[in-house]
Amino acid sequence: MGALVTVRVQREDFDLSAEVSRLSFDRPEIGAVVTFSGLCRDEAGTLAALELEHYPGMAEAEITRICELAIERFGLQAATAIHRYGKINPGENIVLVVTASPHRQAAFDGANFIMDFLKTSAPFWKKEHLADGTTGGWVSAKDADDTARDRWKR
Amino acid sequence: MSTVNLVYFSWVRERIGKGEETLEVPAGVVTIADLLSHLKTLGEEYETALEHQNVIRAAINQEHVEHDEPIAGAREIALFPPMTGG
Repeated sequence: MGALVTVRVQREDFDLSAEVSRLSFDRPEIGAVVTFSGLCRDEAGTLAALELEHYPGMAEAEITRICELAIERFGLQAATAIHRYGKINPGENIVLVVTASPHRQAAFDGANFIMDFLKTSAPFWKKEHLADGTTGGWVSAKDADDTARDRWKR
Repeated sequence: MSTVNLVYFSWVRERIGKGEETLEVPAGVVTIADLLSHLKTLGEEYETALEHQNVIRAAINQEHVEHDEPIAGAREIALFPPMTGG
């Protein structure tokens, strides 16, 4: 039986299909798997790369806490979250969330919940490198992300 | 007097000019808010980094805390801007 929660913070890319297989291997009770992946956008050609800084130790701990909350709240059968750090080019993967449940709604909601909390409370920071060779500075946190997280309050 | 390991990230790290340091915590510095006020007296780089004090997020021993959290017993305190992962 696969692990309930799998969390990795890594420089390397990940493979969506391999992570889905890992999560659902020998788990015939799973009926739904939802996969979300977040990619680096090129911002209409202006962005050369993103550089992701993280707080080693806390990043893993915080994502694990979020996954455990989601498992508890939505009755997930498993959750995987992988977040990359370092320099990431447009088109490359940044983050992966995979959730599993007996029926689809819990897996959809669980993945959504994990992403909303991950964006506002997992210790990662993005710095922009622009296509014109300059450093664009640190990406600002968005109020919309706080709003997205707060809709889960009850 | 006790010592605590401070770690900084993102533009807080860049503006202070280092990623970590050990600090002697003076008597009277009880909460994260007190710590921020104290750090701002240590030099221009701290003043600049922590100017907008309400924006600064803090973690004690790798867990998020509010500014009114007491720092007694903390091994590691992290200061950083709002997070932008995902």
